[in-house]
Amino acid sequence: MKKIYTRPKTMKEAHFHYCPGCGHGIINRLLMEVVEEMGLRDKAICVAPAGCGMLLYNYFDIDTLESAHGRGAAVATGIKRVRPENLVFSYQGDGDLAAIGTAEGFHAANRGEQITVIFVNNGVYGMTGGQMAPTTLTNQVTTTTPNGRDPILAGHPVRICEVFSMLDGTTYLERVAVNKPAAVVKAKKAIKKAFQYQLDGKGFSLVEILSPCPTNWKMGPLESCRWIDDVMTKQFPLGVVKDIP
Amino acid sequence: MMTRTIFSGFGGQGVLSMGFTLANAAMLEGKYVTYLPSYGVEVRGGTANCTVVVSDEEIASPVASEPEFVVAMNQPSFNRFQNILSSGGLICVNASLVNTDSVRMDIELLSIPTSELAEKLGTIKVGNMIILGAFIKASGIISFDAMIKNLAELLGEGKSKLIKLNKEALEMGFDYVKE
Amino acid sequence: MKKLMSGNAALGEAAILSGCMCYFGYPITPQNELTEYMAKRMNELGRVFIQSESEIAAINMVLGASATGARAMTSSSSPGMSLKQEGISYLAADELPAVVVDMVRGGPGMGNISPAQSDYLQATRGGGHGDYKTIVLAPGSVQELTEIVPLAFDLADQYRNPVIILGDGMLGQMMEPVDFDNIKPPKEYPKDYVLTGAEGRPSRMIRSLLFDTKEEEEHNWKLVRKYHRMQQNEIRYETFLIDDAEMVVVAYGIGARIARGAIKRLRQDNIKVGMVRPITAWPFPAPILQELAKTVHEFFVFEMSAGQLIEDVRLALAGQGHIHFYGRPGGVVPTPVELYRIIGRHYYMASGRKQP
Ligand SMILES: Cc1ncc(C[n+]2csc(CCOP(=O)(O)OP(=O)(O)O)c2C)c(N)n1
Ligand code: SF4
Ligand SMILES: [Mg+2]
Repeated sequence: MKKIYTRPKTMKEAHFHYCPGCGHGIINRLLMEVVEEMGLRDKAICVAPAGCGMLLYNYFDIDTLESAHGRGAAVATGIKRVRPENLVFSYQGDGDLAAIGTAEGFHAANRGEQITVIFVNNGVYGMTGGQMAPTTLTNQVTTTTPNGRDPILAGHPVRICEVFSMLDGTTYLERVAVNKPAAVVKAKKAIKKAFQYQLDGKGFSLVEILSPCPTNWKMGPLESCRWIDDVMTKQFPLGVVKDIP
Repeated sequence: MMTRTIFSGFGGQGVLSMGFTLANAAMLEGKYVTYLPSYGVEVRGGTANCTVVVSDEEIASPVASEPEFVVAMNQPSFNRFQNILSSGGLICVNASLVNTDSVRMDIELLSIPTSELAEKLGTIKVGNMIILGAFIKASGIISFDAMIKNLAELLGEGKSKLIKLNKEALEMGFDYVKE
Repeated sequence: MKKLMSGNAALGEAAILSGCMCYFGYPITPQNELTEYMAKRMNELGRVFIQSESEIAAINMVLGASATGARAMTSSSSPGMSLKQEGISYLAADELPAVVVDMVRGGPGMGNISPAQSDYLQATRGGGHGDYKTIVLAPGSVQELTEIVPLAFDLADQYRNPVIILGDGMLGQMMEPVDFDNIKPPKEYPKDYVLTGAEGRPSRMIRSLLFDTKEEEEHNWKLVRKYHRMQQNEIRYETFLIDDAEMVVVAYGIGARIARGAIKRLRQDNIKVGMVRPITAWPFPAPILQELAKTVHEFFVFEMSAGQLIEDVRLALAGQGHIHFYGRPGGVVPTPVELYRIIGRHYYMASGRKQP
């Protein structure tokens, strides 16, 4: 019988720890598919975050390095400056990149570090139990915004791609989602493109991925996917934000 | 023997380079030496100073709370550092800028009319070297020859014009001080 | 041929000669000259220099570079060291080598920029979170820096552990004659853990996250065994006139230098004082103090802090002898003469003899 779907060889044989319907698993798999298809297993080095993605080294069969919460872009910078020939990417959540690690991400982008940031925007702190993230939508209820996020008290949702697009060091920034098959295909293309830009030495690239967190959104998986389209993309429109070929 | 000297003045008067030049020459003479510049907020407000310790033995501290020598290039430095000079110490001043009426009675004063002397050389820029020449004569910390040898090394062999000018300035100061 | 160089610059050159391939730093007085020196020299040599956006970023860049096997260094002064603690804890947990320089200044808080020794406990107790230790080297002169720096890189590689160079504002700022003749080309260390891309081998991971408490505990015990090896093999100190000493001063770094000047004067007065100068603040040279305690009763701790080194001396002596203390926190640097008077006073008090 012909096999039409299998685990990429760049993934270890292991079960994901992610909740049912979580976007992290899809994104993990997409990354490893791209690494395999581009023949980059021997070259890739991934920097893992603190956040739900932190165990990705249990799944990725490539060299991986843990980073402290938020420091992924700085750690990736250290690696890439020593080993410019490698593909270096950090995997970071919205708390990781847009709150505690803003400085590191922003300045790596501004220096035009030849790295790629995979930015998983699920609008909450998943790992720690669903607190407000910088990307939490206005009026969205989280465990630390029990009455909904009030911009006067808690600020506004941060659009990282748009902010980073102002930095001259950035070359390719795209926002995608993984809430339906067509979107997943686009997300994969974006990752591929970002990696290619890095290999071509074009500068800093970042792919922001809107990713469902059914557990902390208190929604079912399907509902979560719909919510991305119906609500989240209004604040975080999909598409290329910056592309300097 | 150990001598501690504080060089002080406005930034731009070549205070740090005076100290460094002396320290380097003393090193070439095989002495133990430390050089400690003022740094950070101390340098704000336009004043600068540095401490040079020259010794035949290991130096315990590069700080001089009671130096044997002070070189003061401007009035605030004179006022400040004459007070910490040890009794019997020597203060060497830039007489063109400093009024020394208030000088302590238990210390020795050496006034150098820096600007007048420098004019003879056609440039005020080497005023610090004139004072340094005078200071070396009066203090006897190192020999004049060591100072001159050191110049070539500090300024770079190629800079013969500059070396010549600095040497003339040092000589002028040195000769100004009577035995 | 000796050159007159500041401690900061000499440290930079020594690091370069020791094979430091990456330097990351954020400006802070009194160590800016080191960052500036590295900016110039690393670029000349085609090595990596980044002025980072913060000390946090710098230490994490070090972590990334170290994971690839490159010798990497960062430097700061006290407030910046507080920020680096996170990364140092991760380096220790990941068992990654690194050299971290602290040119200590007066604190706590913003404090000032004068020389101080008040980061002693932070440096010798791990400083960050978790059960870990770093080797702490405390040089006392610019020339000694040139011996300490290559040693720091070697120890970091040998034990795969961060090493702290604990200096102070004075050591960084002052110039002394220095040569680098003793620095040999860096040794090769096994690098079977580094991340280079998994070409031709199984993929590797470097991480400290160990959810399984048993596994984490085992990792901790493994680290502890390593720290024991350091304690057995890496204690370094210098003694000064201890053979006939009736009182032994314990001081390190610039403090020890000032103490040395004081002791020389005391000896001229026929007062039998000697000194133990820890070169490794951690592992602390407890054995020599224990040995001395068999014959000496009076110990005198001098440090430019309100009392940190004294804790190690107390632990080492474990109740034996009597410990005198003179501390000057806040960036105050006492003179050898001042210290001479104070030690002398304590000496006469302890001996019951009358001070002449
Ligand atoms: C210094 C520090 N502070 C806090 C934490 C706890 N922590 C772990 S993950 C996380 C937030 C994760 O949120 P995000 O980055 O959005 O990732 P997600 O889990 O949502 O994918 C926090 C606060 C930590 N590990 N380190
Ligand atoms: S908490 Fe949210 S982000 Fe984390 S694994 Fe579960 S669904 Fe995914
Ligand atoms: Mg999140």
